[in-house]
Amino acid sequence: MRPARLRHLFKLLLAAFLILGAAHFVRAQENPYIVAYDHNLEEPGSLEIEYFSTFGTQRGGQDFHAFWSEFEYGATAWWTTGLYLSGQTTFGDSTVFTGYRWENRVRPLKNEHWINPVLYVEFEDINGADKILKEVEGHDVESDFLTPNAEARRERNREVELKLILSSNYKGWNFTENTLAVKNLSNEPWEFGYALGASRPLTLKGAAQKCNFCLQHFIAGVEMYGGLGDRYSFGLRNTSHYLAPGLAWNLPSGWTFKIEPSFGLNDNSHQLLLRWGVSYEISGFGQIVSQLFKGKSE
Amino acid sequence: MRIVTLAGISTLLVTSLCFVCAAQNKPEKTGPPSDYSELEKAPAKYRAKANPLAKDNDSIPAGKILFEEHCAECHGENALGTKKAPNLRAKEVQTAPPGTLFWILSNGIVRKGMPVWSKLPEPQRWQLITFVQSLGPLEAAENKTAAKP
Repeated sequence: MRPARLRHLFKLLLAAFLILGAAHFVRAQENPYIVAYDHNLEEPGSLEIEYFSTFGTQRGGQDFHAFWSEFEYGATAWWTTGLYLSGQTTFGDSTVFTGYRWENRVRPLKNEHWINPVLYVEFEDINGADKILKEVEGHDVESDFLTPNAEARRERNREVELKLILSSNYKGWNFTENTLAVKNLSNEPWEFGYALGASRPLTLKGAAQKCNFCLQHFIAGVEMYGGLGDRYSFGLRNTSHYLAPGLAWNLPSGWTFKIEPSFGLNDNSHQLLLRWGVSYEISGFGQIVSQLFKGKSE
Repeated sequence: MRIVTLAGISTLLVTSLCFVCAAQNKPEKTGPPSDYSELEKAPAKYRAKANPLAKDNDSIPAGKILFEEHCAECHGENALGTKKAPNLRAKEVQTAPPGTLFWILSNGIVRKGMPVWSKLPEPQRWQLITFVQSLGPLEAAENKTAAKP
């Protein structure tokens, strides 16, 4: 590597360390959902870095391991924006980068209500080898994943995804209902899908001592998600559906771990999708970056 | 077609970045630390709510931990306020009915940067309130004077 490039890399690394060194790490309060969203947005100025992994079984083909990283930022108290990068390994085939997604969640109402709507808009530029199953839409079925990576990655999907997230908190429980509509920007019909979720911390009161294993840090839940066909054949048939119990562990140091096995509910679904993820929340990230570039605090 | 799509994506990305930067560089909308007008907006139903954990022995230590984890970043370690958020030891907060503070915590002041804390279960929100109101009134300026030798 040339010295100029090395210097540049060193500066970048130094900046990253300065940001991480100056940042505050706060305890997140993440629900265990991996597919469904609730109405809780990122705190303003916080950056959440996430890594998720899905191991999937495949009948008639090779099992796979799909993974994605997510950088989610609280731009304001009512707007969260995030970037995803995804890839997958199909055993006995290859590992490929499958594309990126850019999501935005906006909370239109300023107060908390019985049902809280959040509007979600996402642009995705992914190839046909994508297997993260971040959502099920249209007539997605297990056999779609039988195409070898070399062939599947030639297919390019540029899609806009819209979601209406309706979520409620009641006596410690969270209930969420997501409906989604996806439009491939090439001439394909609108496709639809859904995700439902319910979760609750194992205890509602905070502990009087600092601890990592207190029950308040664990949130258990279940989600169900699947496709709803497209505009020409809407419904629950000829698509896949999953039921997924999950657990989130929110550590006071800012780390969150999630695990969620998803079980296919019909013959069109993968029999098992074992998902897990880890995330880290950096509070005040926006302010630190802003100060770095200004050279002084306001 | 490809160029048009790329141009569209670039425009969206740049616009989004501009919005994010603007949101970060805007002066804090939480207003001057003496602006506690939001407290008056709490509905009567909430104002009348009593703190069910006011006499719970664990509430203050538990509330302190929750405060450090979720609130100190903006309101300061001693709850005396920062440039981002107001002093919680001001008379207005310390003498406010607990139900009013519960309403603020549950609804946030989203347009002014205060997040909604309904994701914390109700007992934890009450523990936070018990802790904050146990601190007693102190103005930020008073604290600085007291700190001087």
